[in-house]
Amino acid sequence: MSRFLWHGLIALIYLFLLAPILVVVIVSFDTRQYLAFPPESLSFGSYAKVFANQTFISAFGRSVMIGLAVGLAAVVIGTLLSMALVRYRFRGREGVNFLILAPFLVPHIVLAVGIMLVLAPMQLLDSYTGIILAHLGITVPYTVRTITMSLMSVDRRVEEAAMVHGATPFAVFRRITLPLIAPGLIAGGVIAFLISFDEATISLFIVSVKVSTLPTEIYNYLEVSTDPQIAALSVLLIAISIVVVIAVEKLIGLRRAL
Amino acid sequence: MSATGAPAQQITGSNRFMLLILLVPGLLALMTTFLLPMIWLARASFSTSSMAAFGGGMTLEHYHAALTDPFYWKVAMNTLSLGVTVSFFAVILSYPIALFLTRSTSRWRGVLTALAVAPLLTSAVVRTYGWMVILGDRGVINGTLQALSLTTDPVRLSNNTFGATVALVEILMPYSILAMLAGFGRLNPQLEEAASMLGASKLRVFWRIILPLSLPGILTGALLVFVLAISAFVTPRLMGGGRVFVLGTEVFQEATVTLNWPLAAALSVVLLALFSSVIVIYQRALRRLEA
Repeated sequence: MSRFLWHGLIALIYLFLLAPILVVVIVSFDTRQYLAFPPESLSFGSYAKVFANQTFISAFGRSVMIGLAVGLAAVVIGTLLSMALVRYRFRGREGVNFLILAPFLVPHIVLAVGIMLVLAPMQLLDSYTGIILAHLGITVPYTVRTITMSLMSVDRRVEEAAMVHGATPFAVFRRITLPLIAPGLIAGGVIAFLISFDEATISLFIVSVKVSTLPTEIYNYLEVSTDPQIAALSVLLIAISIVVVIAVEKLIGLRRAL
Repeated sequence: MSATGAPAQQITGSNRFMLLILLVPGLLALMTTFLLPMIWLARASFSTSSMAAFGGGMTLEHYHAALTDPFYWKVAMNTLSLGVTVSFFAVILSYPIALFLTRSTSRWRGVLTALAVAPLLTSAVVRTYGWMVILGDRGVINGTLQALSLTTDPVRLSNNTFGATVALVEILMPYSILAMLAGFGRLNPQLEEAASMLGASKLRVFWRIILPLSLPGILTGALLVFVLAISAFVTPRLMGGGRVFVLGTEVFQEATVTLNWPLAAALSVVLLALFSSVIVIYQRALRRLEA
């Protein structure tokens, strides 16, 4: 009996945790023009409207491009930093470690104001360079983390064996190390992409019209209206998140990556 | 340069060049996205010119405004009380889930863990919208109440602090669950078995063994939620319908609407100070707990 109550309590908390996602999925199929519950009849009307909405479509395209650039750059930088941190002992190593973790210790909104102040005199506000740089700072800690974990599990003897047989350091990295750390690399890149793709706080300070991202467009839309179109758009974003969650879980395990 | 640690490489001439190549891109990136912004922020909070960090003289007027204006005192108090309420409820709700996931031997454990932390990977904007749908005047709860003829006028659940609190609790829960899962390593089923074999009741086992051992994890979870809640602005702004004033919403207002950047910077520094002092208090508490 007490076991039954305990499991009931757990189920209720899960329901609370997943409620907004479940509700958004249901409302996205509502036929009405305005937000109301429960739906009277179901259709794909809201989805059709999203796909016809040029603002959302182009913002989606920009978000994907920015996310890809951020993911790629964060993986390259993360790999270089992880190699240095795992393979070398050098003076200032602790400092580098701190600098990588520091963006975790500052609220995003504070970081956002600082980045805005740095980008403004360089005319980089509302530019691709600006938003990619801004997202890089908050994603590199994640890629360093996943790639460092992968690097530490690489058996150095395999690399040494290749070296003994005459492989250049670069060949060893490309043919031996890189394939071995690929899961961490991909997982880190995927997480970096998603963080950039979903990020709203910093983006709202950096972009306005020219390079507005999908989350900032949704935010601006929600300030005036809450119609089911946003629900349909949200479901599409949730679908992308689910793909990422499954990919990361399969690659290195979700709990270790976050 | 001396090298320590056996498995890592000795620093030689060509190695040092290699190390430089590995470090420079990352350090440059982190410098422009973290170090410089923090310095510019500090400088701008003293600036006399409204749109630039540098140039212009130095003044304390923005701190004066931020620290003496009764409005900003109210904003700071709102922020603190939102942070305390949100972390209290997030911890209360996350604790059973984390305890369940730590002790479960079910084959669904992996899936359930993923389900508990996966909301982290959906945009906070999307989940805030979900709460607007649930708590809105024509939303899930009010729609149900009216369909059951329990109410005629909508119950005000959103566009106020209540709505912002509920949404933030849910949005930040995955963080506290993760922190608790990481901190519950000391929980040991054998200890509990030993206690109940020696005649302790279930409640006593919980109070004397499970709760004390999980306290560090609970504390970390609470801290994480608190610092994220006091710096949130998207959720308080959208769920508050412009009627909830916290430090996050005011920083955004000053930075993007009023365009008073020095004041935005000064308010950010106040937020950062609040943030840091909570972390220091937390570390003291944790040390006392472990001693």
